[in-house]
Amino acid sequence: MSTSAKAELRAPRWGVRALVALGGIGALYAGTFGLEASLHEYAQRIVLLSGINVILAVSLNLINGTTGQFSIGHAGFMAIGAYASAFLGSALEPVLHGLFGANGLTDALIFNIALLLGAALAGLSGFFVGLPSLRLRGDYLAIVTLGFGEIIRIMFNNASFLGSATGYFGNSPAGLPPYTNLFWVYLWVAIVVMLAWNLTFSQTGRSLSAIREDEIAAEAMATPTTRLKILAFSVSAAGAGIAGGLFAHMQSGIRPEDFKFDKSIDMIVMIIVGGLGSVSGAAIGGVFVAVSLELMRDLHEYRLVLYALLLIVIMLVRPEGVMGSRELPHLIAQWFGRRRHSSHAGAGGTS
Amino acid sequence: MSEFLQQIVNGLSLGSIYALIALGYTMVYGILRLINFAHGEVFMMGAYAGHYSAGVLGVQAYEGSGSGFPVLYGLLVLGFSMAAAALLGISIEGLAYRPVRSAPRLTPLITAIGVSLFLQNAAMLIFSPNPRRFPPILSEVRFELGGVILTNIKLTIFGVATALMLGLHLFVQKTWTGRAMRALSMNIDAARLMGIDVNATIRATFAVGSALAAAGGILFGLDQITINPLMGVLTGLKAFVAAVLGGIGNIPGALLGGILIGLAEQLTAGYLSPDYRDAITFLILILVLLVKPEGLLGVVRQEKV
Repeated sequence: MSTSAKAELRAPRWGVRALVALGGIGALYAGTFGLEASLHEYAQRIVLLSGINVILAVSLNLINGTTGQFSIGHAGFMAIGAYASAFLGSALEPVLHGLFGANGLTDALIFNIALLLGAALAGLSGFFVGLPSLRLRGDYLAIVTLGFGEIIRIMFNNASFLGSATGYFGNSPAGLPPYTNLFWVYLWVAIVVMLAWNLTFSQTGRSLSAIREDEIAAEAMATPTTRLKILAFSVSAAGAGIAGGLFAHMQSGIRPEDFKFDKSIDMIVMIIVGGLGSVSGAAIGGVFVAVSLELMRDLHEYRLVLYALLLIVIMLVRPEGVMGSRELPHLIAQWFGRRRHSSHAGAGGTS
Repeated sequence: MSEFLQQIVNGLSLGSIYALIALGYTMVYGILRLINFAHGEVFMMGAYAGHYSAGVLGVQAYEGSGSGFPVLYGLLVLGFSMAAAALLGISIEGLAYRPVRSAPRLTPLITAIGVSLFLQNAAMLIFSPNPRRFPPILSEVRFELGGVILTNIKLTIFGVATALMLGLHLFVQKTWTGRAMRALSMNIDAARLMGIDVNATIRATFAVGSALAAAGGILFGLDQITINPLMGVLTGLKAFVAAVLGGIGNIPGALLGGILIGLAEQLTAGYLSPDYRDAITFLILILVLLVKPEGLLGVVRQEKV
């Protein structure tokens, strides 16, 4: 790329960025408002679930795809995020309602504080789980995460202040407040995707990929492998926590049942379908799983059989998924670049 | 004291079932470095094979007339179920695992998860998700020994498991196929260069492991009375933990691990709270992996560049 082109691509200043972000949020609000008015409830639910799945997949991809570690217990972190945000949100509600009055703005404040707290707790537990277990490699790590996921679920199953096996339904008899709507889900989708994207293509992200490609070589190059793995794991767990909080406030209550091993497998299917290591692939996989599970609902009990077969067939036929480790924006840029000036090499390709 | 002994007896019989299943995990892992997630489902299918074959042999009529099911028929049920499971294991290996054997390690692992999910849901479709009563192929006789209640079922479980494990030991140590298995677990490429038929040996490993899991399924059915399509999930995981605890890839280790997990589970259920009987297994797993990842009897494998 020539120097003048580079200058053109220089990052805009903060003021410009803030304006772009505000404009984006405004557009998102208008867009989701319109969608909410035009879509019926069932379709809305699928769109909401797709968004939550995208958050889950993009976060899990950070540890399973980019860093090449293998967690199969992420439902546990999602559960922590869900329970923590539901519980803390319910605790905050009377306090903040008393302070600022019970209006939509206060509710938005409560919801986002609860989500952040849920994410922080999930991330913290990710840190404590990762601290000892990330010294293990390969499938051993997979089993430990599986074990932790199960232990977390069993703990919720026995926590009487969180409703044990019946589930947690908040303060009111109507259940948890239905804070989750298209705007908040897709705002968080944007935040998580942007964070994951920037992390993946930062210097830290390159180190994470180095760990995936060859841990011993990365260590030899003075990459602090354990520290970076724990970082990736905690961030990934926090992302799952956000998704858990959004999921919790989408229905009247949450049960330990919702976070079984199957949920972890769902997340793995998402990133496998999309392509391990690709942020945009993970997003595609998340939408794919939400939509295909809904479309197959009419098949009743054949649904999960087909789902499992799909997973096996993908592994046999195209184990790299839809995207491989490529990224959609890069592909688009490459495609347009080739059309505009075919003599130039494509921009920003990944290897 | 007698209550403690009672828990030990129960733990030993449960543990020997875990040990039987753990052997399949450990043998496959020893050779392919693959966690065969579908192994728990083979165990479940074995139990259902026993359920149906006992039905064909007329277990209801025997139960109705009050006379016990003949021992020979009981052995037939066991043999049929083991053969059916061996066939299932070979098919899983040939259809799903062999095509991805040389792929990066995550690919077979995810394939295994897929096979496990497929078998669970297929079983719910075929057998219905409701639990079923396992037929009384052995009618229970209770007797007391020093305050401890023993049943012929518990003794049978222990006896059959011991016999099968002795058989496996002889098979692995004394036959050519067993020797080939051991060679494969040391170095698969060197074994191939020595003229060992790698595919045939892996097939044999899956057949033997699956047959043992099916025997575990029958014994589990006898012990727990009901069976269901999801029974392989948790039991399979616990057996896997048993294999890791003993040192994965190590056959005596699987036996030791199985017994220890069975005991730990019974003692937790008896003295702490039945709610935590499943959690204790995972706690043990995590502690083992953190403190001694190679397991009790395992050997440390040096990682090479």
